[in-house]
Amino acid sequence: MKILVAIKRVQDYNIKVQPKSDGSDVDIEGVKMGVNPFDENAIEEAIRLKEKGVVSEIVGVSIGSSLNQDVLRQGLAMGVDKAILVETDKVLQPLAIAKLIKKVVEKEKPDLILFGKLALDSDAGQTGQMLAGLLNCSQGTFASSVEIKGTEVFITREIDGGTESIVTKLPVVLTADLRLNEPRFVKLPDLMMARKKSIETIKADDLGVDVSSKLKTINVSEPPQRKEGIKVKDIKELLQKLNDIEGIKI
Amino acid sequence: MILAEHDGKKLNNVVFNAIGAAEIFGGSIDLLIIGKGVDELARLASKIDGVDKIIKFDAPHLEHPLAEDAANIISEIGQDYRVILAPHTWFSRNILPRVAALLDVSMISDVLKITGDNTYIRSTYAGNVHATIKSDEPIQVFTVHSSKFKAVGLNGGDALIVDSKAPEPLNLSRWEKERKIESDRPPLINAKVVISGGRSLGSAEKFNEVLSPLADNLGAAIGATRAAVDAGYAPNEIQVGQTGVVVAPELYIAIGVSGANQHIYGMKDSRVVVAINNDPDATIFQFADYGLVADLFEAVPEMATLVSKT
Repeated sequence: MKILVAIKRVQDYNIKVQPKSDGSDVDIEGVKMGVNPFDENAIEEAIRLKEKGVVSEIVGVSIGSSLNQDVLRQGLAMGVDKAILVETDKVLQPLAIAKLIKKVVEKEKPDLILFGKLALDSDAGQTGQMLAGLLNCSQGTFASSVEIKGTEVFITREIDGGTESIVTKLPVVLTADLRLNEPRFVKLPDLMMARKKSIETIKADDLGVDVSSKLKTINVSEPPQRKEGIKVKDIKELLQKLNDIEGIKI
Repeated sequence: MILAEHDGKKLNNVVFNAIGAAEIFGGSIDLLIIGKGVDELARLASKIDGVDKIIKFDAPHLEHPLAEDAANIISEIGQDYRVILAPHTWFSRNILPRVAALLDVSMISDVLKITGDNTYIRSTYAGNVHATIKSDEPIQVFTVHSSKFKAVGLNGGDALIVDSKAPEPLNLSRWEKERKIESDRPPLINAKVVISGGRSLGSAEKFNEVLSPLADNLGAAIGATRAAVDAGYAPNEIQVGQTGVVVAPELYIAIGVSGANQHIYGMKDSRVVVAINNDPDATIFQFADYGLVADLFEAVPEMATLVSKT
């Protein structure tokens, strides 16, 4: 069985990204970048399935500029067998990403395709479901546990107020919740080894996909700030303020 | 067209906000109900203000709608619509991107504001940036941040109920079971008051011991930060933040919460925010309307007692 894992390069989760002063885009120059946290869960799950003997090969794919080699190498260091970079300098919408990955799926023919459930930058959470739609295959989103039994995949999904269990057929697109696993730390020797491995590079333009978008970002700005709050000295004052100023009767 | 989320008997409250958002477009509004045995639900929904038509797909295999089957239905009838939207819940987030791909259009997630002319404001980068986006897609597909839109009422409507025949199941997946957390408290997502605990509570026992009396006396739901969940103090279902539930209650009380980016994202739309923390420099105070620097193990029980007296 073969797995394809999609790996996105995003800003570090601790960093507060700000808009550029002209409002044309966000300012990510010099910002620390890395593997999208949910994608790390996806990579980890792929590796665990391989360690269980259910999976024989893990292919990692990333879409973006040559800078994305660093996240692919991170994947290789964790235990991904083969890395593919679909190279483009364009900023792409989830639909275009899903169409490009579909081309990679047609070539690699994986049984299982893993995504993170959303990316920390765009916060859209669409690409996995879109790919499943384009492939007309099963989907298991926001997965917090995955078990493969024969040709069926047993998935626990995080939903509003609880969890849901579903069983899907292969091939399937899964999207990983943080609850799925705890990604392993990469050891320095493994990272050094990963630097020596080759990355297969495909030009996005050569895949024959229309990646143009009908969505245009007009501007980006800082969200409106909350009005500055006040400090209260004790609980009595707090309750009094809530009652007198906010009209909250408790 | 609005995708309705329901439990077979009742619509999720946030559907009313989504209908409010749809009204901004000024066209006729259809509500799509997919389920099993939903005649009564459809009848109730037909009374909602502003809805012209209820489109009902009622079949045994739709009792727990799977994304594959639901998206199949919506993309089929969706060709005839200009706008397809839903509240930004895990239910819709599972289905709508698949619908958009089948219709070959881009989708916009978690819209905060519709400024007319197919232009939207949404938040990105964990809520640190607001982006204004214009869509030239022939069909506008998006989810809305419910608390940002006014809910419509449920009394004046007289919508036509249209019974549609559901296509055969695709059998790509099957539903097995679901587990909802049992609680006497109101559900986190639409509670009027939410009390959240952070890692400063120190243990699962303390988390319950300190927060429960106050929650009971206030009739509040209990939430937790990701740090508290990761430390094993609270179940994941009650995690508030980018990776958990997003809440917007009347009153949000953050107890022993430091104020990590990802947590702020989940509560910053609350009307009034109170923070209790012994660290005067905690980030949470920047987002709180009322801050109290105090030992939570003393302040919270005191608050619980004072609240029960009033």
